Amino acid sequence: MNYQPNERGYWGEFGGRFVPETLMSPLEELTSAYFAVRDDAEFQTEFLQLLRDFSGRPTPLFYAKRWSESLGGARIYLKREDLGHTGSHKINNAVGQILLARRMGKKRIIAETGAGQHGVATATVCALFGLECVVYMGTEDMRRQELNVFRMRLMGAEVRGVDSGSRTLKDAINEALRDWVTNVDSTYYLLGSALGPHPYPLMVRDFQSVIGKESREQFLEKNGELPTALVACVGGGSNSIGLFHPFLNDESVRMIGVEAGGKGNNLGEHAARFNKAGGGKIGVLQGTKSYLLQNDDGQIALTHSISAGLDYASVGPEHAFLQSIGRVEYAMAMDDEALKAFQILSQTEGIIPALESSHAIAHLLKLAPEMSPSQTIICNLSGRGDKDVNQVQEMLNNESQINKTGKTMADSGIKMA
Amino acid sequence: MNRITKKFTELKSQSRSGFIPFIVAGDPNLETTKELVLLLAESGASVIELGVPFSDPVADGVTIQAAAERALLNPISVKDILRMVAEVRAEECETPIIVFSYFNPILQFGLERFAVEAVKSGVDGILVTDLVPEEAEEFRTILTAKSMSLIMLAAPTSSDERLKKICEKASGFVYAVSRAGVTGARNETSGDAKTLVERLRKFTDLPIAVGFGISTAAQITETCKYADGAVVGSAIVAEIGRLGDSAHLVKGVREFVRKLLPEEFSADDLH
Ligand SMILES: Cc1ncc(COP(=O)(O)O)c(C=O)c1O
Repeated sequence: MNYQPNERGYWGEFGGRFVPETLMSPLEELTSAYFAVRDDAEFQTEFLQLLRDFSGRPTPLFYAKRWSESLGGARIYLKREDLGHTGSHKINNAVGQILLARRMGKKRIIAETGAGQHGVATATVCALFGLECVVYMGTEDMRRQELNVFRMRLMGAEVRGVDSGSRTLKDAINEALRDWVTNVDSTYYLLGSALGPHPYPLMVRDFQSVIGKESREQFLEKNGELPTALVACVGGGSNSIGLFHPFLNDESVRMIGVEAGGKGNNLGEHAARFNKAGGGKIGVLQGTKSYLLQNDDGQIALTHSISAGLDYASVGPEHAFLQSIGRVEYAMAMDDEALKAFQILSQTEGIIPALESSHAIAHLLKLAPEMSPSQTIICNLSGRGDKDVNQVQEMLNNESQINKTGKTMADSGIKMA
Repeated sequence: MNRITKKFTELKSQSRSGFIPFIVAGDPNLETTKELVLLLAESGASVIELGVPFSDPVADGVTIQAAAERALLNPISVKDILRMVAEVRAEECETPIIVFSYFNPILQFGLERFAVEAVKSGVDGILVTDLVPEEAEEFRTILTAKSMSLIMLAAPTSSDERLKKICEKASGFVYAVSRAGVTGARNETSGDAKTLVERLRKFTDLPIAVGFGISTAAQITETCKYADGAVVGSAIVAEIGRLGDSAHLVKGVREFVRKLLPEEFSADDLH
């Protein structure tokens, strides 16, 4: 199976283009521009060189020995996207799309951002090439990711706060789409996840697949065999599809995407789109047909997650397809589990993960002990947690959970060897 | 012949164009919407567009976004809106009514079910903001079987090839978007609108209405020189928002529409 969408951008029944007519011509233009570079050796070389020289690729594949041993099960390898420039995987897609935007002759770049990582990556590549940059961000996210707002502004981007809906990622995408529909001629919309109308889910996945290609090579080189399983967090779905995609035809490799379970199972308390008991149903939002959190009337639900980057009501259509055919499993990690995982990885490996990535880490706390040390897992560490430390500090102070003595990790529930 | 076609045929025979007001159902509540629909019908509307409020209206500017938010303060379903239309029909109002929606609320209601229930309630057609011709085939087939019109949108950015596809899928009339952008009142209509209407005429004999940004009598008169209808949305919706859920609302909107409409409209239709 080649896992490519059809010419209308569908994987099975998921995907497509559900947009105002005004955006159809720009989408067609984008699609032909993208397909022209997709197999163009010169473009691909330029892309990989920039990722190497500017962003520091390849990122390491690190064996988390102390943590794996403490869990007493599978050996865990972390794909260190946190070490790339700007601190998350989002830079891969931003680099790819900015090269495309330049080829298309666009001078004005717009983007949406949730956690601020995609906004920072976009501001970064715009600074690199001297392009105008406007980033839309929900005001709730601006509050919880203040540091990233400053980073974007520092690099010359204009950050526009969005005050509608839940003031998070979904609302930022609405506003970016409204900007694009108004400024179609001058503007390139640099969408940050494997979402939206065709060709975005395909294009973002292609650019992020560098994660999985590298991981596969690095893992084979170290171990001479494939990993048993892959685990990644799923917001819109770009870091996970980037890791999974190059392994899809390796049938022995199990794949698990981890969604944000939030603080409960009711609509509005989580962002787990595949949680059918929690209100996840097939629908159409922001240009694509996929699983959505919505009420019976088809109104999109408010979502909640401790992590801004996972706090979104829909999920990329390729994930919906992979879920429907059973190729990828989807699990949830709750807010408090992610918070715990954030601390555990910091304490056992000296790596502070992003709160988004902490959801994948949290799932491993359950999964790894069920497996044997002869088995292996690659976990995508999609970003670093520097952006989250203020928020986490506040939460831990409030709950006075912080382990002041630093001697035991009893309250984080981990057995030390 | 359904009410839309009948209306445009009648207008044509009188060498006139239509006034097409848009309001958001449920803003401020459905009982008032019913009164507003009846009022608009009396005030010279040729077709009434009834917006289904949606949580994520990407094609709308701030005015209609705010109206949708007001409407969604209380739960409102497609079913409730259709029931309200049935009540309007029970008052012997025969003005064509089309539902204007984003796709997801209709998809969740059920495409087949929508067609059946909409016909029963007396709705004449539907326009789906985010359903382009490539995605519209299934729904079009369902609607056609029930003689419901599917009004398609055309944009200044659409290529000729796209305009052709749009016209092939459309029935009732074609809605020409006056400019690239979201809904919202403007004092001038872009020159793109006229060009677009002329381009569309090459591909269809259906009536063509122009919308997005029309908010003054002068714009309506100007638009009606080259188009078969002028849609006024945000200007009326803003007035509804300004008056709020008050006793003066219906009266206020009546006054507003009376002032908005150029003489050639109101004179004739207000028997
Ligand atoms: C570090 C990090 N990981 C994951 C995500 C979630 O996005 P996606 O599912 O597209 O990888 C984000 C989004 O902001 C992020 O910043």
